[in-house]
Amino acid sequence: MTYEAFRHFADSYGLAAMVILYLLLCGWVFLPRAKPGNERARTMIFEDDVPGDR
Amino acid sequence: MDVVLTRAFGWFALFLLTTVGVVLAEDTGFAIHLATVGAAALILGWLTLSNTDFEAVSGRILRAPADPGRYDDDPIRWGVIATVFWGIAGFLAGVFIALQLTFPQLNLEPYLNFGRLRPLHTSAVIFAFGGNALIATSFYVVQRTCRARLFAPGLARFVFWGYQLFIVLAATGYLLGITAGKEYAEPEWYVDLWLTIVWVAYAVVFIGTIVKRSEPHIYVANWFYLAFILTIAMLHIVNNLTMPVSLLGSKSYSAFAGVQDALTQWWYGHNAVGFFLTAGFLAMMYYFVPKQADRPIYSYRLSIIHFWSLIFLYIWAGPHHLHYTALPDWAQTLGMVFSVMLWMPSWGGMINGLMTLNGAWDKIRTDPIIRMMVMALAFYGMSTFEGPMLSIRSVNSLSHYTDWTIGHVHSGALGWNGMITFASIYFLVPRLWRRERLYSLRMVNWHFWLATVGIVLYAAAMWVAGIMQGLMWREYGADGYLVYAFSEVTEAMLPMYLIRAVGGLLYLAGAFLMVWNVWMTIAGRVRDEKPMHSAPYDEAADRPLVGQPAE
Repeated sequence: MTYEAFRHFADSYGLAAMVILYLLLCGWVFLPRAKPGNERARTMIFEDDVPGDR
Repeated sequence: MDVVLTRAFGWFALFLLTTVGVVLAEDTGFAIHLATVGAAALILGWLTLSNTDFEAVSGRILRAPADPGRYDDDPIRWGVIATVFWGIAGFLAGVFIALQLTFPQLNLEPYLNFGRLRPLHTSAVIFAFGGNALIATSFYVVQRTCRARLFAPGLARFVFWGYQLFIVLAATGYLLGITAGKEYAEPEWYVDLWLTIVWVAYAVVFIGTIVKRSEPHIYVANWFYLAFILTIAMLHIVNNLTMPVSLLGSKSYSAFAGVQDALTQWWYGHNAVGFFLTAGFLAMMYYFVPKQADRPIYSYRLSIIHFWSLIFLYIWAGPHHLHYTALPDWAQTLGMVFSVMLWMPSWGGMINGLMTLNGAWDKIRTDPIIRMMVMALAFYGMSTFEGPMLSIRSVNSLSHYTDWTIGHVHSGALGWNGMITFASIYFLVPRLWRRERLYSLRMVNWHFWLATVGIVLYAAAMWVAGIMQGLMWREYGADGYLVYAFSEVTEAMLPMYLIRAVGGLLYLAGAFLMVWNVWMTIAGRVRDEKPMHSAPYDEAADRPLVGQPAE
């Protein structure tokens, strides 16, 4: 692959692929079924808290 | 017994090998470094043999505590102590070079001149102080959030000690004049190779722990740690592709040339900021801020978006370090545009951290550790606003090569990285050594104010110095000549340099309070002091009003 071809791939299909991948990864947490998972993940670091114990 | 003998024999063989290397070395620096490694091997060999209770000692150092019901915290304890130690070393070097810029007589040639001490300062604070903090906290957080003990405990100990050897070799190398000449990647080829080995071991321990987790979800802090570990591995290897002149000498030459070398360097350099000083420390933020505030992170969704946005955007921002150079225009524009876009996720992350305190804002008044965390987040927000602004080409034409850049870096490093690390250390020390609380919370408060005033003096002085410097450099007279000589610009900045040194001194003073506080906490002492906050109670006034009979 020449530099020119690589460069044009990068600013067309490559860029589009990365944008789509980014949107998919971000959209994942907005799926309705992700809601309980998010809530659980948010509070999971407190599950090892025992009152009075460090 | 056989194991101990074999091990000691190995260390002595390594010592002999390095001795041969010292004799054959091409240059003094390389010989001194080999001798350093040899000395380490000799000490380890001697330690292996001199202890009568071989099994207990090797068991304690090389194997995890036998109780599977406890987290493996030994390397974390060492890491916290190393963080504090290297922090002081790095801040001291920083104050000293700030004074060198103010009083040039302090340049002690050749070993302690500014050119050699400056990389010592940057590496000590970034890689020694920051790196140890990242390794220690990542081992702490990954165990707690995965509800599993460290994978390969022996390897985790190797990571700690191997990383210290890397720091010693890098730091002594700078003083000896050994440098690859690449900012933040100054160590030469053999030190780079050693760091690669240590870093792969680090990745194995971290990923292994995630793989063997007993908690189905991987908490977002671990995502940030993982991004930091993997990206730094990639950056380090690519930017340090060099060909050594001799296998027994310290000098090497880069695999890239000209503008490609420059771009590779700043692709590395800026992502060292993005993934070492940002992603890694954000991982600390996403665990320690909710823990200290005792409230879950404001929005878990926002933390995921914050993560992916940083990953997708940061890697392109490097070319903004090469505005108005031989780098193609489109690459400069690309770097600038992606840097400006980075503002959004950065502020999303800052807001996420700050809003975690929603409903508990009073903790800023009552808990000095929370206060440090909030200040860290504020500086994260401030420097991630300033950074994109400086990356705009027209702004950069004024700010580049001036002290404005230095001020920007330090508001991020002292404000964001420093403060969040101090807060994490204050969180960790009582827990790691099983103490009731810190030796003194009031000292934390003093540390907070000394550090904050220090940063403000530092950043404000550098803004004034930098903008003045940039304006003086570009000042043309009516006849088309430059108005100011370089020396005149330097002279004009002297008062600001003095203020900067004072700011650094205050920051260092705060760090010394931390040493005392951590030391006494580990020793098990508790300072007798007034609590930070308590509602007043007056027993004498705590009575019903009874009517007094008239006389």
